[in-house]
Amino acid sequence: MSGKENRKMRGIIARNKLADGIFAIVGLLSMLVGLVVLLALLVQLGIDGLQRLSWEFFFSFPSRKPAEAGILSAWVGTALVMLVTALAAIPLGVASGVYLEEYARKNWIADLIEVNVTNLAGVPSIVYGLLALGLFVYKLNLGESVLTAGLTLALLILPVVIVTTREAVRAIPSSIREAAYAVGASKWQVVWDHVLPYSTGSIITGVIIGLARAIGETAPIITIGALTFIAFLPDSPFKSEFPYISFSWLQAPFTVMPIQMFNWVSRPEPAFQLNAAAAGIVLTVMTLAMNGIAIYLRYRFRRGIKW
Amino acid sequence: MVEATQNQVSDPNGIKTKTEVKNLNFYYGSVHALKNINLKVAENHVTALIGPSGCGKTTLLRCFNRMHDLYPGNRYEGSILLDSGRDRLDILGRRVDAIEVRMRIGMVFQKPNPFPKSIYENVAYGLRVRGMSRRSAIDEKVEKALQGAALWEEVKDRLNDLAFNLSGGQQQRLCIARALATEPELMLFDEPTSALDPIATASIEELMSDLKKQVTVLIVTHNMQQAARFSDFTAFMYLGEMLEFNSTTAMFAGPVKKQTKDYLSGLIG
Repeated sequence: MSGKENRKMRGIIARNKLADGIFAIVGLLSMLVGLVVLLALLVQLGIDGLQRLSWEFFFSFPSRKPAEAGILSAWVGTALVMLVTALAAIPLGVASGVYLEEYARKNWIADLIEVNVTNLAGVPSIVYGLLALGLFVYKLNLGESVLTAGLTLALLILPVVIVTTREAVRAIPSSIREAAYAVGASKWQVVWDHVLPYSTGSIITGVIIGLARAIGETAPIITIGALTFIAFLPDSPFKSEFPYISFSWLQAPFTVMPIQMFNWVSRPEPAFQLNAAAAGIVLTVMTLAMNGIAIYLRYRFRRGIKW
Repeated sequence: MVEATQNQVSDPNGIKTKTEVKNLNFYYGSVHALKNINLKVAENHVTALIGPSGCGKTTLLRCFNRMHDLYPGNRYEGSILLDSGRDRLDILGRRVDAIEVRMRIGMVFQKPNPFPKSIYENVAYGLRVRGMSRRSAIDEKVEKALQGAALWEEVKDRLNDLAFNLSGGQQQRLCIARALATEPELMLFDEPTSALDPIATASIEELMSDLKKQVTVLIVTHNMQQAARFSDFTAFMYLGEMLEFNSTTAMFAGPVKKQTKDYLSGLIG
């Protein structure tokens, strides 16, 4: 190669590398825009809300006086609704996912169901609220209760649970299934002894991410008629006398964290804005904690499983 | 043509036929993968299936335990008779449950595929599937199977360790033990050493020669020297057909068909 050609090649390389440098800067700036805005939001929330956080805030009912108002009924409501949601969504979603992946014939009906389940995950949550109002509140007469809210949110996250279950099940290599079939296992034995245990970590992760989405949902809960001012707790699920558990809390009227926040934000008094910020901190921490638990559980269950 | 080569091995020494393949055709959807296969697998001997890639040897092996049932669109024609001494079961029979077939015929795969469980639970799984639950009985069978797979001495002090912590060769012997634990009548091996290093391969090959004392062995191998080293009979497959079948010594000393000759001399492969 002559010296001239060498110089030409170096020129081309320099130009190509310039594009590298430009994109690195553009990318960094794009990332910073997102990060800085989010951080600013969190810091603002912290500055406003931290001064209101105290034990009394957690253990007081809402009140007309901002300084005395608390989130007791809201977080208890959220916890109970989440309990119902998890109890309904996990068995339904996991069973559907395993059925679709392991049992159902692979034909156009299966493809149609797959497309629909994926689409359901993208349906706006208020549509689920409308459906629940018609079905649970009016048709089944479940009332504007913890049960209705839990079931509504369960419907909302069901597609997420189904899709994650399918992905988790699909990630198990067919060589493991074949190994189990080859010693004479039935389909159910393969599912129960292998497929489910090896995918538990991923399934739990999906469920928790679904629940973390549900915990902040406001629209469908408003649609089914959650109250914004609740100054009492639902009946306790645990009793001191036989039969020790009770289900009357399912029918109790309720409120949840995001609705309590919404209520406070819409008040004119500035002191209530601080309450809203404090509740926002609690809700954010709850969501982050759930994601943290999801990461931890995935790590726990995947130990010793590598394909 | 195929019948003629078969007759050469209807053996004077009274070797019993454990399994007989009769006029087997197999289709992956519309692909005719196995064409009119006939084969006799001799009891307590090692029969090797050799042939170039894509000739259908693994497809044939997986017919023996109906592995193809697990995937849609596969179709068998013909029969594979499994002789237990008391009765003859047509493995491919419509009323025959694939699970029964797999309970009687063990399989070891190309890549070691232990379950992500303990060494003990891997070997015990076949027994648990059969409803065994008494700990002492399972203990006994697990030990026997691990000894049969020449793994017992290496793992007896760490039976509760995860199987993934074993080396590749040990994992493959664990898979052999898993199949042996249920005392199958026939063991299928699908290129069991192709994912292993030479030392691990040697230990598996040594094991194979011992295994035939307790079980009939049918092995697919890509490596013809391996077939020559420890098999008693060899079948050569080419493009979905069984071109030649003979005792291993006779096959390697004087292959009849041109393709067999070319394959054994390395011209095709």
